Amino acid sequence: MDKEGLSFKVSQATGVNIRECYQCGKCTAGCPVGERMDLRPSVIMRMLQSGDSASEEEILRSNSIWLCLTCETCYSRCPMELDIPKVFDYLREKSYAEGKVNAQSSDIVTFHKSFLNAVERNGRLHEMSLILDYKIHSGNLFQDVTLAPEMYGKGKLHILPERIKDRKGLARLFKDQFKKRKS
Amino acid sequence: MSKIGVFICHCGENISATVDVARVAEAAGQIDGVAFSTDYKYMCSDPGQTMIRQAIKEKGLTGVVVGSCSPRMHEPTFRKACQEAGLNPFMCEMANLREHCSWVHDKSEATTQKAIDLVRTLVEKVKLNKPLFSIKVPVTKTALVIGGGIAGIQASLDIASAGHQVILVEKDPSIGGHMSQLSETFPTLDCSQCILTPRMVEVAQHPNITLMTYAELEKLEGSIGNFKATIRKKAKSIDENLCTGCGTCITKCPTKKIPSEFNTGLGMRTAIYVPFPQAVPNKPVIDKANCSYYQKGKCKVCEKVCPTGAIRFDQEDELVELEVGAVVIATGFDIMQPSGFPEYGYGKYKDVITGLQFERLASASGPTLGEIRRPSDGKIPEKIVFVACAGSRDPAKGIPYCSKICCMYTAKHAMLYQHKVHGGKSYIFYMDIRAAGKNYEEFVRRAIVEDAVNYIRGRVSKIYEENGKLIVKGVDTLLSAKPVEIEADMVVLASAAVANPGAEELAQKMHVSYDSYNFFSEAHPKLKPVETNTAGIFLAGACQAPKDIPETVAQASGAASKVIILFSKDELSRDPLIAVVNRSPAPVFSTCVGCFMCTSACPYQAIGEELITNRQGKVIKKVAKVNPGLCQGCGTCVAFCRSKSIDIQGYSNEQMCAEVVALLNND
Amino acid sequence: MKIGFYPGCSLTGSSREYNESLLAIAKEAGVELFEIKDWNCCGATAAHNLSKELSLSLPARNLALAELEEMDELVVPCAACFNRLVMTQHELSEKEDVRKVISEKLQMPLKNNVKIYNVLQFLEKHIVPRLDQLVKNPLTYDVACYYGCLLVRPQKVMKSDRFEDPMSMDVIMTKLGANPIDWPFKTECCGAGFSVSKTEIVGELSGKIVRNATDRGAKAIVVACPMCHSNLDMRRPAINTYLNMKMDIPVIYITQAIALAMGLTPCQAGIQRHFVPVNLTVNR
Repeated sequence: MDKEGLSFKVSQATGVNIRECYQCGKCTAGCPVGERMDLRPSVIMRMLQSGDSASEEEILRSNSIWLCLTCETCYSRCPMELDIPKVFDYLREKSYAEGKVNAQSSDIVTFHKSFLNAVERNGRLHEMSLILDYKIHSGNLFQDVTLAPEMYGKGKLHILPERIKDRKGLARLFKDQFKKRKS
Repeated sequence: MSKIGVFICHCGENISATVDVARVAEAAGQIDGVAFSTDYKYMCSDPGQTMIRQAIKEKGLTGVVVGSCSPRMHEPTFRKACQEAGLNPFMCEMANLREHCSWVHDKSEATTQKAIDLVRTLVEKVKLNKPLFSIKVPVTKTALVIGGGIAGIQASLDIASAGHQVILVEKDPSIGGHMSQLSETFPTLDCSQCILTPRMVEVAQHPNITLMTYAELEKLEGSIGNFKATIRKKAKSIDENLCTGCGTCITKCPTKKIPSEFNTGLGMRTAIYVPFPQAVPNKPVIDKANCSYYQKGKCKVCEKVCPTGAIRFDQEDELVELEVGAVVIATGFDIMQPSGFPEYGYGKYKDVITGLQFERLASASGPTLGEIRRPSDGKIPEKIVFVACAGSRDPAKGIPYCSKICCMYTAKHAMLYQHKVHGGKSYIFYMDIRAAGKNYEEFVRRAIVEDAVNYIRGRVSKIYEENGKLIVKGVDTLLSAKPVEIEADMVVLASAAVANPGAEELAQKMHVSYDSYNFFSEAHPKLKPVETNTAGIFLAGACQAPKDIPETVAQASGAASKVIILFSKDELSRDPLIAVVNRSPAPVFSTCVGCFMCTSACPYQAIGEELITNRQGKVIKKVAKVNPGLCQGCGTCVAFCRSKSIDIQGYSNEQMCAEVVALLNND
Repeated sequence: MKIGFYPGCSLTGSSREYNESLLAIAKEAGVELFEIKDWNCCGATAAHNLSKELSLSLPARNLALAELEEMDELVVPCAACFNRLVMTQHELSEKEDVRKVISEKLQMPLKNNVKIYNVLQFLEKHIVPRLDQLVKNPLTYDVACYYGCLLVRPQKVMKSDRFEDPMSMDVIMTKLGANPIDWPFKTECCGAGFSVSKTEIVGELSGKIVRNATDRGAKAIVVACPMCHSNLDMRRPAINTYLNMKMDIPVIYITQAIALAMGLTPCQAGIQRHFVPVNLTVNR
């Protein structure tokens, strides 16, 4: 296996032996978002097996890796017991770190980023911060506009955040994690 | 005075690439008692063997050590060469310089030294060898065949036609096995029962075959040529001599709702029953577990209506002892229950069935008289989905191996469906199409091209029911893994072929090796497919590994030929490397004290007692005696004996000691 | 026996009624729960999508805190938090070197031996045995028990033996007098974390679940996960858009079902906080 290739890096990081996949497609068959993906899970596994660097680029720039819900259905049914969600987690982290996030997935990634920003600030998720952060960065300013007052009315939305005491300890955990995305 | 000849083989490069063979031969020549030492490229070849024969004659050798491969390869070759030159074959030993030396070490001084040590060790042993002579054992020319499917039937007919007696034991009430459950066979689409039943009848009528149905092997003792088998003939509750097979009892039996095993649970049978109309023998048995009389003490209708009075409620199981010379195991296979795959819904949804169940639906004598109908509502399905590899090639929840027959029978099923339901649509979700036999590929092409069976390459993830239809979620990996959803009326799972549930127990009863899937082990995967590691016991059919009918029949004939070879001799030669209790003149007679610990230790029940009497017939001493026909030379008794009175010929304590001392004295 | 409690962000925010109903029934049954002091967000979906280390360190901090407070058991009602905590525990137990690194970063000892329970396991152990005495108003309608993904998968780590057709919630509902239906969408994904960023996917996936439950005659969907509840309840407009039909089936938490069966008021169970009205006052 080419030690520079993505396939090898994936194997090293996740412990999953990509060579074991025999392309049965059961992962794709059970994937809830399989229809919507550009590159389906079994195809991504084949592309990793091929060791072709153009394919590797395509994987990191795909929409599929971000559409994945991590529902773990693929892993639970794979006859070779391949931990596909773990592989996808690795591909996502790499895609983000290398600034290769697919334009169609930007909302999804923005949401994850906003979530972690909110957690970094307070230690717990403050939904208002999350939504504001998301709206600003995604540009979806008017999304769910009627929802917020309704949620507030039902007591589900707090104006002020709950903050943990050990914010210093938390900052230690966040240091150098998920570097800022290059545009 | 020993005059040992040492012959070191290069084995091409297998030994000489790692061991300095010339040096080994030279070192051997220096050993006291070695009269001749040489090396040669291929000792097992004709020139090599000639070399040995010449050296024996010219040098008057009293013993031979060949430093070459494992004795399991060529011990017979070299012993025969010695015998031809007039030297007792058991004066010839082999030092394993290949499997025990050159193949497991790198080239080095230490490796050559090890080879020298090994040769020296064997030389010291051979100095103490004594001439031995093969033991002759009579052969009982009767064969026991366990299993009455097509494999057992074929083997029985072959052995019987060669003029030998055969006892065929089958655990079900009728012979026929799985082949009798099939509707048509690939690739010819011959009606399965039509080609099978003539053979079944032949077995029943053959003068040399004794058929025991509803019977199982209870115990097997003895060894090749001389087995003692105990068969349990389960009580049928019928006097077979009186029963005419008229079937009146079956029609009158009030217990009618027992799921039929022959019909794979899709149909019902009565408590007194014949499994299928063409059963051989066509005489019923009573299923005690479900019979009203046996369970509750009521009924007895069959007894009342039987015209010949053949019902015997008091009948007990019968144990029959047989003396046989060889055994053929032909116990067949089973189909894995797919309930281990909950995502497929087998067991939950009535219309999800296995391939064997589909055979029964397609079969003219089946529960739907050959019409493909849904088990749930009896309607004819307009769309059927076949799922290949439903359990096979699946390390996660199934078995990792390929079941071999499913690709072919799935194509066959789809074809039968298309022939019977003209407007029907069939889909096969597959991973590969394995059609390697004669005319097999053409068969599958016919299904695709002529019968318009839709093959989709991909596995199925989930099957569930909605509004009476089965939703099958699969994928087409050849179209960039496009998810495919089909609303089917019926789903057929090509479930894995696995070993029979009783296989492990049977293997242990017979001391036959089996693998982790409980398939019986052949003696060599390439060259000995019908023999086991237990001499005299042979294998035929799917009990060894999944296989189709032509292979089964061929293997059955192969096993039969091995039996016939065995029976072609009146006597068997056994290696004399067996245990012997020492005997000496009066008044000692033997150092054996008669404690008989060896008897209880012996795994082969080969040690009995011998009474030493004086001239008046009074018993002076009771000592142990080894049965030369049964002893396997394992040496367990030697380890147990406290008085050192028992020893293995050719592997005596003295010889073993000499080897150890020689090994330690490397100067 | 000190039972620790990790509410997670949802229970203190958008899924308050889950917290309220859980604490109410625990009180009725005489079970005391000790909330971990100064707990932090487990990172949920966002952490494991963007940073492997954060996906381990955030949950690990809570495990370390539980250890410091000497909790025998740790109850985690949110299925996503439960999944993250168990996955973290599993990974750290397999990789000793990683456990040490995380422990160092936390500057807290981490033996990694807390017993983590999801809400169903907690109910089975501490509430169900007392149900016989506590159930006053049996619920007599057909319900669809919806487990979602994260309680049962990946089955090797979650150690679920019936991950295709789980029954633990069904068993509890039966004990409450209800009739849990057999249906094939028990563990089909509801759309997970796409509530905000890809709402139409939630509409489709949750829509299929709602349709199947309704078609099979269920009068309510019972859940044990705040995200599933939110997708099935709060995102009902998206579901209705996908199905092109207005679906009325209410969605309640298992704890709320128990609360109602125990005779607590709908308000005590937090029913009024739902988006889809819950009208389950009449018998079947």
